[in-house]
Amino acid sequence: MFENVYTVSEVNAYIKNIFRSDSILNNIYIKGEISNFKCHVSGHIYFTLKDSQSAIRCVMFRQWASVLKFMPADGIKIIAQGYISVYEKDGQYQFYVQEVQPEGKGALYLAYQQLKDRLEKEGLFDSRHKKTLPKLPKKIAIVTSSTGAAVRDIIKVSKRRYPNISLMIIPVLVQGQSAANDIADAIRYVNKRDDIDLVIVGRGGGSIEELWAFNEEVVAREIFKCNKPVISAVGHETDYTIADFVSDLRAPTPSAAAELAVPEKHSLENAIEHLRYKLNKSIGRILDNKKNKFNMIKSSRTLNRPMEDIQQKRQTIDHLNHRMLEGYKQIINLKKMKHLELLTKLDGTNPLKILAKGYVLTYDSNNSLVKSVAQLAINEKVSIRYIDGRAICEVLAKEEKNNEG
Amino acid sequence: MKDKELTDHDLTFEKAIEALEEIVEKMEMEDISLEESIRLFERGVRLTRYCSEKLDEAEGKITMILERNTHNEKKTTFDID
Repeated sequence: MFENVYTVSEVNAYIKNIFRSDSILNNIYIKGEISNFKCHVSGHIYFTLKDSQSAIRCVMFRQWASVLKFMPADGIKIIAQGYISVYEKDGQYQFYVQEVQPEGKGALYLAYQQLKDRLEKEGLFDSRHKKTLPKLPKKIAIVTSSTGAAVRDIIKVSKRRYPNISLMIIPVLVQGQSAANDIADAIRYVNKRDDIDLVIVGRGGGSIEELWAFNEEVVAREIFKCNKPVISAVGHETDYTIADFVSDLRAPTPSAAAELAVPEKHSLENAIEHLRYKLNKSIGRILDNKKNKFNMIKSSRTLNRPMEDIQQKRQTIDHLNHRMLEGYKQIINLKKMKHLELLTKLDGTNPLKILAKGYVLTYDSNNSLVKSVAQLAINEKVSIRYIDGRAICEVLAKEEKNNEG
Repeated sequence: MKDKELTDHDLTFEKAIEALEEIVEKMEMEDISLEESIRLFERGVRLTRYCSEKLDEAEGKITMILERNTHNEKKTTFDID
């Protein structure tokens, strides 16, 4: 009686098989609002998709979750693609999600906002990464559609500003599925070319969906990686894309990009002319200054009447010389007077004065002063000095005085 | 300074303009020797000529890349008026 008894596992496996062989459940799009959103450490995402009456359990495995363009959260409305199958372990059917699209423009904005926040946090928009544009670009690459108005606008404005500017157009798809990759690839290509020193990436105006490629991460990353300065020019003045934030410079429109990228040739010519003028004026002024200074020195008194100065100096020397001589004379006079005074004093002691009184001096034959009679010999010739001359005499006799005498 | 002058022709346009502006600024200062001012003036004249030449260097061609992998490109004219 129990011949048709199945195990739980057999039933769940049977049901799962029915689910998997159903062509509708096998590849299905479901729209709804996310609730109970959980991101597991494994990288798998679990949530519930619901509408006003009903709910379905959803799982998104890591391989799909990791390439999500935005991070889902509770309350976000999405359109999810995947298949419905049974989780045999607890007999629950669930929606195995493989791709998630945000539903509606609000969700697109959310995706944009999330990518923007993420890249900003990563530092891709930092001003320190912004490259300065070349003043005089050698060749500008224009990454845009070759059929749109944007490329014409850029060329027109560029040529007007700088007639002999060199431009290189890299045609790309600017909307649709493959646009983002095409644009990224074109930027990568441009980056490899040595002749390019400035890049304009952009397109004309359009809906947010049409501009979407410029909000894709792959484009942002390629712009960031580009070694050459990149100007973004997407849509109209009011459109801000991720490309605008990561670019080195945002232009509000493609025409404006050309204005920013291409210098006005005649204003550069004017600037050079102005510098040339200043240069000439300066050298003229410097030469005039030097000449004036030279003339001033030339006409100075010293150079003109060189002897005047010398004569004046000479006069000073004469004057000093005179003063010196005067001083010298005075000193000499003083000394002379002193000398005279001394002489007078000395005069009192002069032995010649004694001679004047009748004393004489006797010198022997050796011309030695005779101080004693004993010094003399009989018949010796002596010289006797008088005050006014001398006499040679002979000693005829001598008489020595007694000691008592 | 001598080496710098010899390599002026390798300068980018903005570097040349910068160098020229620097020279003009130096020459506008009062205390500068005659020799220095003449030397600067000569270099300045060379630089202005060089900058003017740079302006006419670009060929004014518009090219379009037809095939990125092969670098296939063609000269193109756009009806821009």
